[in-house]
Amino acid sequence: MAINWFKYSSPASFYTLAGKMIPYFSVVASGLFLLGLYISFFIAPTDSQQSEAYRIIFIHVPAAWMSMFLYLIMAIWAAIGLAFNTRLSAMIATAIAPTGAMFTFLALWTGALWGKPMWGAWWVWDARLTSELILLFLYIGFMSLQAAINDPRRADKAGAVIALVGAVNIPIIYFSVKWWNTLHQGASVSLTQSPKMATTMLTGMLIMGLACWIYSIVVILIRTRAIILERERHTVWVSELQGSSQ
Amino acid sequence: MNWTSWSDFISMGGYGYYVWGSYLISFICIAGEIILVSNRKRTLLKQISLTKAPIKQERK
Repeated sequence: MAINWFKYSSPASFYTLAGKMIPYFSVVASGLFLLGLYISFFIAPTDSQQSEAYRIIFIHVPAAWMSMFLYLIMAIWAAIGLAFNTRLSAMIATAIAPTGAMFTFLALWTGALWGKPMWGAWWVWDARLTSELILLFLYIGFMSLQAAINDPRRADKAGAVIALVGAVNIPIIYFSVKWWNTLHQGASVSLTQSPKMATTMLTGMLIMGLACWIYSIVVILIRTRAIILERERHTVWVSELQGSSQ
Repeated sequence: MNWTSWSDFISMGGYGYYVWGSYLISFICIAGEIILVSNRKRTLLKQISLTKAPIKQERK
């Protein structure tokens, strides 16, 4: 039985598949959020230097992770859409941008709210903060460029260019703390060395990171289905959709 | 359990403004995005079912 890999690359079949997956992902996401928040506030101990202010880490770091991760995923889908001219891939890239922009905005704001008590400044033109701000402008640039072009297919191609060109900013953000002498601290979690954080703090942060990831999948799937409906409105299968139950 | 009392939890070691500020803005963004994106899909589906609905089916 040969697997038809392209079965779900057609908007119609992806629409139903995504529809079935969303409820499960949303249950998992909310469970992880509750668990993560419980650990962050009730299990993770008080920090010796920053006392309770450090608890912002449980939302700041996952938001920053997602802001970079979602941009890369957007760039990959945009590249696939450009290379194979597949409509659905470009739709998914378009669906990712708002969520990525939201997490970038959150990373900047929670960072500022953490920087004020700890560094004494809401904002400094530090390499990490500035490259993250550029990331926000890239997301906004992607969304506004696509909105400015009427024909969705041409908008996809233009968006793909920004997504791919902007992807160089992601390693810059990630390694900025290593390359330059930044006020922002270095990576305290890395895949190679042992973590420099207390285990409960680390688990709380990782669970919140996973919760943000599954949450992004839920929202992006919903937005992709909305985009599919918008772009495929003229088709037969959309007109046969029975009311809002689908 | 780190907190002796409810007010201790709210004050968050004196950093309550900053910690609760970041969690509040995160909650607003996440809840806001969920509401916006589900509205977008609901209105779309309503528009689709409206354009398909026959004229004689008047609203009761």
